Amino acid sequence: MTQATAIQLHDLTLGYDRHPAVHHLDGYFEVGSLTAIIGPNGAGKSTLLKALAGTLQPLSGSVAMPEQDMRVAYLPQSADIDRDFPISVEDLVGMGLWRKTGPFGTISKQDRLAIAQALDSVGLAGFEHRMVGTLSGGQMQRVLFARLMLQDAAIILIDEPFAAIDTKTVQDLMQLVQQWHSEGRTILAVLHDMGLVAKFFPDCLMIAREPVAWGKTSEVLTEAHLAKARAMIEAHDPHADYCERAA
Amino acid sequence: MMVITTLYDLTISPFVEFAFMRRALVGAIALSLGAGPIGVFLMLRRMSLVGDAMAHAILPGAALGYLIAGLSLGFMTAGGLIAGFVVALLAGLVTRITVLKEDAALASFYLISLAGGVVLVSLRGSNVDLLHVLFGSVLALDDPTLLLLAATATISLAALAVLYRPLVLECVDPLFLRTVSQSGSATHLGFLALVVLNLVAGFHALGTLLSVGLMMLPAFAARFWSTTIEGMIGCATGIGISSSAIGIIVSYHLSTPTGPTIILTAGVMYLISLLIGLKNGLLLRLIPRKHFAA
Repeated sequence: MTQATAIQLHDLTLGYDRHPAVHHLDGYFEVGSLTAIIGPNGAGKSTLLKALAGTLQPLSGSVAMPEQDMRVAYLPQSADIDRDFPISVEDLVGMGLWRKTGPFGTISKQDRLAIAQALDSVGLAGFEHRMVGTLSGGQMQRVLFARLMLQDAAIILIDEPFAAIDTKTVQDLMQLVQQWHSEGRTILAVLHDMGLVAKFFPDCLMIAREPVAWGKTSEVLTEAHLAKARAMIEAHDPHADYCERAA
Repeated sequence: MMVITTLYDLTISPFVEFAFMRRALVGAIALSLGAGPIGVFLMLRRMSLVGDAMAHAILPGAALGYLIAGLSLGFMTAGGLIAGFVVALLAGLVTRITVLKEDAALASFYLISLAGGVVLVSLRGSNVDLLHVLFGSVLALDDPTLLLLAATATISLAALAVLYRPLVLECVDPLFLRTVSQSGSATHLGFLALVVLNLVAGFHALGTLLSVGLMMLPAFAARFWSTTIEGMIGCATGIGISSSAIGIIVSYHLSTPTGPTIILTAGVMYLISLLIGLKNGLLLRLIPRKHFAA
């Protein structure tokens, strides 16, 4: 059985100042796949998610989503949210309904119920009227997952969601990710915890600027691949020649 | 009875007696209605000094209008609006396509604009005219100016109602707004346009520099009375209106210039709020209070 393609990458090169952070990446994510994206710091993982979320223009190559109605929900690394802003948890989570409400639509009783349910499923029932400024780091991450849930997107991109988060919260949120997976959503998560990757993620993409390995997690997480990823040179070469690799 | 009569003489009778006092009050209230909420958003977006920068940027436009047509409401308003929009747009462009951040981009253009404005004003006209542009003339509001102030308040409140949700989202989580909607830049520009509009309307009453005061000081004061946006907007508007009324009366009795007295009153309100505000006011820190069990 061949699965439909959710995201197709054609010779994708991403970067800043024309220096590549992701170099000539080719491949695809199947609909309903659950993929961990791993690699050392500076390997281009976050850059890749930015491009998939549409907030970064590729230097060359392209990203395609061939299926109909493939909306993307994106949770960036330590989302740059102004935590001092006087907004309630309910209003922040409610932003996830933007597609439905738009800039003017009312938040109906039903919507409030949906917000309450989303909060309940991340273990924060009754937090609706708390101000976001009063939340702990872990609670904030739970709130953002609730918002992600309300976005009800076919493709979900999460960037290092478990940095500085305790084990209990990681467990709870991982359960949510698995639930989304069982609902047939396509999920890409940038992670550093190899134990978590091996346990929960069927597929894995290892990059170190260049793609290192991509496929079944058990085949990607090998000592040889890890060694190759670690050998990546982080610094840009300011005197680098232009890349002549054929597209 | 004596007390009531005295109170009446002090607060009400100046307005009953003099039309220019009533006009000043109505104009200042109209300004407070629009400037209050805008000030709150400027503060929450850490753009408190942007109002100041924009006020400086407006000056050359108003001066150019003055050079062409003298003290003409239409020309000075149009000039101010154009100068303000041009600076906002240029700053936005430079922020987007170069390494300069918004504060630097805005500062660069308002400085150019301000210097140009001063040169223009000095090309013609006396210092009295310059004083009018800088500090306004709230006691000399004619019908067209009052209409302009009222129209500005109306447009501002209607536009804020439309922009409200994207504006809040743009403040809290701009990246999120960018992933769900293309309206981020439009919202930002629309908001800056409202800032310019209110400052231009304000300069007829309070002058280019002081009109920022009625925008920002009530917003800062409101921060000490409420923790929600809605509450802050309500407080800021209320503080703006009462500062206007008190300022006009005080200036009448003490024969001080009215515009600056209004802003000084707002300043006093801010200092009082800072001290005794129920939300993180300074005095609250001195009172030992029991903490909650959970």
